[in-house]
Amino acid sequence: MGAVGLLLIISAVTFGIFFLVPKAAGVTSDDLAARFAGKTPDAATLEAIKDRFALDEPVPVQYGKYIKSIVAGDTYDTGVETIDCPAPCLGYSFRTNQPVFDEIVDRAPVTFMIAIGAAVLWLLAGITIGVVSALRRGSVIDRVSMGIALAGVSLPVFFTGLLSLAFVVHRWQLLPEVNYRGFSDNPFSLLLPWICLAFLYAALYARLTRAGMLETMNEDYIRTARAKGLPERTVVVKHGLRATLTPIMTVFGLDFGLLLGGAIITERTFSLPGIGQLALDGIYQSDLPVVLGATMVVALFVVLANLIVDILYGVVDPRVRHS
Amino acid sequence: MTAPIEVTGSEAEAQPDAVLKGVDRKAIQGRSLGQIAWMRLKRDKIAISSAVFLVVLIIVSLPGVTGLITGLVGGSPNKFNMPLVDATLGGPIGKLGGMSLDHPFGVEPINGRDLFSRILYGARVSLLIGVLATLVSVVIGTVLGIVAGFFGGWVDTLIARTMDVFLAFPLVLFAISLVGVIPSGFAGLEGNGLRIAILVFIIGFFNWPYIGRIVRGQTMSLREREFVDASRSMGAKPGYILFREILPNLYAPILVYATLLIPTNILFEAALSFLGVGINPPDPSWGGMLSQATELYSVAPHFVIVPGLAIFVTVLAFNLFGDGLRDALDPRTR
Repeated sequence: MGAVGLLLIISAVTFGIFFLVPKAAGVTSDDLAARFAGKTPDAATLEAIKDRFALDEPVPVQYGKYIKSIVAGDTYDTGVETIDCPAPCLGYSFRTNQPVFDEIVDRAPVTFMIAIGAAVLWLLAGITIGVVSALRRGSVIDRVSMGIALAGVSLPVFFTGLLSLAFVVHRWQLLPEVNYRGFSDNPFSLLLPWICLAFLYAALYARLTRAGMLETMNEDYIRTARAKGLPERTVVVKHGLRATLTPIMTVFGLDFGLLLGGAIITERTFSLPGIGQLALDGIYQSDLPVVLGATMVVALFVVLANLIVDILYGVVDPRVRHS
Repeated sequence: MTAPIEVTGSEAEAQPDAVLKGVDRKAIQGRSLGQIAWMRLKRDKIAISSAVFLVVLIIVSLPGVTGLITGLVGGSPNKFNMPLVDATLGGPIGKLGGMSLDHPFGVEPINGRDLFSRILYGARVSLLIGVLATLVSVVIGTVLGIVAGFFGGWVDTLIARTMDVFLAFPLVLFAISLVGVIPSGFAGLEGNGLRIAILVFIIGFFNWPYIGRIVRGQTMSLREREFVDASRSMGAKPGYILFREILPNLYAPILVYATLLIPTNILFEAALSFLGVGINPPDPSWGGMLSQATELYSVAPHFVIVPGLAIFVTVLAFNLFGDGLRDALDPRTR
């Protein structure tokens, strides 16, 4: 229920951005149709676009039509031919005349591989560093790794990415060009995007984990666990880390969901043809159906990732299961 | 409850003196929380050096000062220096991207514009947007957070749910679509002035929940404290309690999180300019320079390093200062 609500809100806001904001700025429906159509549209295309988005109708009606076509599919007239668009119909791209849904499915493998590879790296690195730093608080390891972590959160991917392209790939030629288009390609050509993206997030997660662990390890139940003679390893992993993981999972659900819907900056930095790049091209070319579709997909992934995290809560934290 | 011990006459005055015999009275003057925090902050060398760096950066990016400095070194940020670049390959002539006394950060490939003055002018944009957007977030976040935390009930549910929705938004995508649909002239502004206003509004508007959450949490615990009960029993209205009793107690966390939000917003602005929806060329911005560098990093690697380091050092300085400020105001989190 909450999930569907979130999807509706996000799509409505996206819709508002594209239709209400220009309207408020005094753009007419003809201008809007012309903008969506590209440089030199003919009258038939303009009519088709106005009809497709019901541009002369009030915005809520337009929005209703859009949602209906996602749920039930749609057929519409492009001015040349009649096209059948089965559910989930996100419309047709004005530039390529491809269904948006198919375009997103085509691009998805690239984005998925970037997000999954990076997430594995940053979770492993971030949580390990965070735990070690918390346990050895104030030690050299703690200070050095927290220093690096602070530097890490201050380094944007478009800087580390371009830097590694300029030196690791181009100058020193340690790694081949970053080139990945689909599941048939070697995923390890994504090593650099993974490392650059993971570095940023690992720094963030190390800081989060450290703060969480410092707090949990001072709890009474940790003392109890130690007092009953459990090995320190068990106390740290089963009692300490387990409680710390819950808030980290919440953050992870959001971060990972957003990335699955398009690692825009990483894709742009390394010129990778993922969903983010698709959305970005859609924005550069005012290809509204593409942008709307991509935004809906991001929202869907955020919602799904949150749902999965909610289910995992029960596994990690037994208190959630009982209530 | 026991009655207060009554100490009368000479005994009352004599006692402290007896205890403090030989101690300089000035040394034990009561200190306000602000003074204590300031003393702690002064001892934090990293935080102080970051603050000094930031103050210098702010001074050099003031309108009159930037022109004065670039008049001495570097020259105009938009002046082409064709003799300084290789005519065929487009790369700067000379070592390290053409770094020299006249051009301490080297020159841009292709057209030879001076990087030092472009970085300085870019600093103004970054700082302006970072700080103003943070102000927008702080105002929205504080007002909504304090209202949610204080009134509770459905008001709280509504505001808290709104914050959750905001945090789940695909921000970058939204921001770029918004910048894309707003016409070139709007509300009496145009060009990069309009762009800056839009960026401030968008970045500030989307980041308020970070401040809002913290303010809400703190307000919820402050609401139960005795001084609020006392104020209420003396007949204070909610508005008075909110802004005269509770808000002053929130200054410290708001200050800390605002300081830590500025670097996030600077990174956000750089990211948007990198994606081509921030500041329009030819006006310099750090993200915009990196965007140009995506095609030129093989000819001129310094074109990546210089603006990237500018972003890194500035953001790091804000983060270090923010961390130091937090440690000074609330040592428990150290």
